[in-house]
Amino acid sequence: MRKESFLWFALASSFIVLVFITVPLLRMLSAPSLASLWETICEPDVYRSIWLSLYTGISAALICFVFGTPLAYLLARSQFRGKKIVEAIVDLPIVIPHPVVGIALLGLVGKNFWLGRVMQELGIRIVGSPSGIIMVMTFVGLPFYLQAAKEGFASVSPRLEHVSRSLGASMFATFIGITFPLAWRSILSGIIMCCARAISEFGAVVIIAYHPMIAPVLMFERFQSFGLRYSQPVAVWLIVVCLLLFISLRLVGRSSKKINIGSRR
Amino acid sequence: MTIRIENLVVDLGSFHLRDINLTLEPGDFFALMGPTGAGKSVLLEALVGLVPITGGDIFIDDRKITNLPPEKRGISIVYQDYALFPHLTVLDNIRYGLRFHLHEKGAAPIDDLVGRLNLNPLLQRYPATLSGGEQQRVALARALAVSPDILLLDEPLSALDPNFRQDLRAHLKSLHQASGATFLMVTHDFSEALSLAQRAAVMNQGELEQVGGIEEIFCRPTSTMVADFVGMKNLFKVEFSGSMARVAGLEIKVGREAEGLQGYVAIRPEDLILSKEPLVSSVQNSFAGSVAAIRSHGFFYEIDFAVNSLIFTAVITNHAFFDLELAVDDGFFISFKATAVHLL
Repeated sequence: MRKESFLWFALASSFIVLVFITVPLLRMLSAPSLASLWETICEPDVYRSIWLSLYTGISAALICFVFGTPLAYLLARSQFRGKKIVEAIVDLPIVIPHPVVGIALLGLVGKNFWLGRVMQELGIRIVGSPSGIIMVMTFVGLPFYLQAAKEGFASVSPRLEHVSRSLGASMFATFIGITFPLAWRSILSGIIMCCARAISEFGAVVIIAYHPMIAPVLMFERFQSFGLRYSQPVAVWLIVVCLLLFISLRLVGRSSKKINIGSRR
Repeated sequence: MTIRIENLVVDLGSFHLRDINLTLEPGDFFALMGPTGAGKSVLLEALVGLVPITGGDIFIDDRKITNLPPEKRGISIVYQDYALFPHLTVLDNIRYGLRFHLHEKGAAPIDDLVGRLNLNPLLQRYPATLSGGEQQRVALARALAVSPDILLLDEPLSALDPNFRQDLRAHLKSLHQASGATFLMVTHDFSEALSLAQRAAVMNQGELEQVGGIEEIFCRPTSTMVADFVGMKNLFKVEFSGSMARVAGLEIKVGREAEGLQGYVAIRPEDLILSKEPLVSSVQNSFAGSVAAIRSHGFFYEIDFAVNSLIFTAVITNHAFFDLELAVDDGFFISFKATAVHLL
């Protein structure tokens, strides 16, 4: 009897959780009329901000992929003194409040620090530029990519690498031919997670670059100046575009998975 | 190729290999045996170059390979769990190593390997769709395709069903003869070691306890550890004819046709029965002989019993020992069922 009542409790709370997540999103999606959606996407400010969000987010994810992959591999494969510390450092961007991230980065590349001044002399603009946005997004997205890629590498049996080495492949050839293809699905989902996290960043970006406006900043501005009804359509468009991006990435991942396993008899 | 391991020391913190000295002659089929945790797999991984070596050297002929990376050693390895690359077809698995050996002699004839291992129908399949026996055949083909000097086999048969095991054993034998490579196989299974290997070593706690011919290890263990480990006290080389095994003028009933087997029988000491009168029946072997030695082990006695030129070792309880009033040189009968005879 007790067991059964617990089951009911579990089902009920699961239902509440799902409703809590889906209802606000559905409400927001259905709030704007089709006409207002169409009108909104035709505004240059809107489509420019969505495009900016997309390409800065994707760039951040690619930077994480290029620089994070070797680190993720090391963390998955090797044991060394201080590994726990490295892992804690890598997770820091998750636990630091977002405005703090923005302020920390601004302190580094702003006019009040020599690095910022040197960069200004060289003509590299970080504050208020897409590069600054990409930098912030990379900072907050890295842990998500690293975690997924590390798990992917850890799931590849070291024996496969051993066999590959004994057959004549160097460490690098083994990584390219065996480890990377086998961890590819986790790496891809890491890229998606990282990209999603990057596009959703607001607090840190707004400190480094209020202009040019990424979509979340534009939404915030419209909400502040004109109210809810004017920020909702932008939100819908951002969600739709992101969903399309992530679904298509997943599909790419799945079709390569099919090739991997082949037909079962 | 001759492989010489000299004073090899591996230190893995909680586990050590100490002063391993071993020489494998060209074309050897060598069995490495020992209880779990003895360090057999660590020794294999040290040979491949996957664990750091603390001291000593490894030579292939006169080439020192101690500090070479795994890809430069010319040593292939086959694991118990096959370790096939799951994202590659059978053919691509087998061909995997070839591209790294393009500029070398004779790393080409995979057709011969594929044919010998009956892999032709499987070439386009993926490893996940193969049975254990098929996977292990692919792993063997992949390891031998690069014409290694040495093939290491880490319990290659133990994950297989018994009927596949027999089949793969035959394959191993023919591959060993055809490839000319030196095979070093880790195994738990004595019949496997006896039927495949010429020489063997028993390893215990990171050291080699005994190295020698395979028969020598089984019949003349030099330490109690090896004796306990090989456990088969009554191991005799025999000639089979029909369901009989002949040795030293005795005809031992073995209860089934044994043609084509290697020619050893083994009987566990506790399956031997000592008696004053012969116990004759159609399924029973009964021979007359005399007590050669008596050893007390507390709860039981171990009796060496001479029949013609053979020594049987039996284990009896203290109670039976006093009932029988055994004494050295007394004449007794020793009996065992045909079904208690292990054929190897």
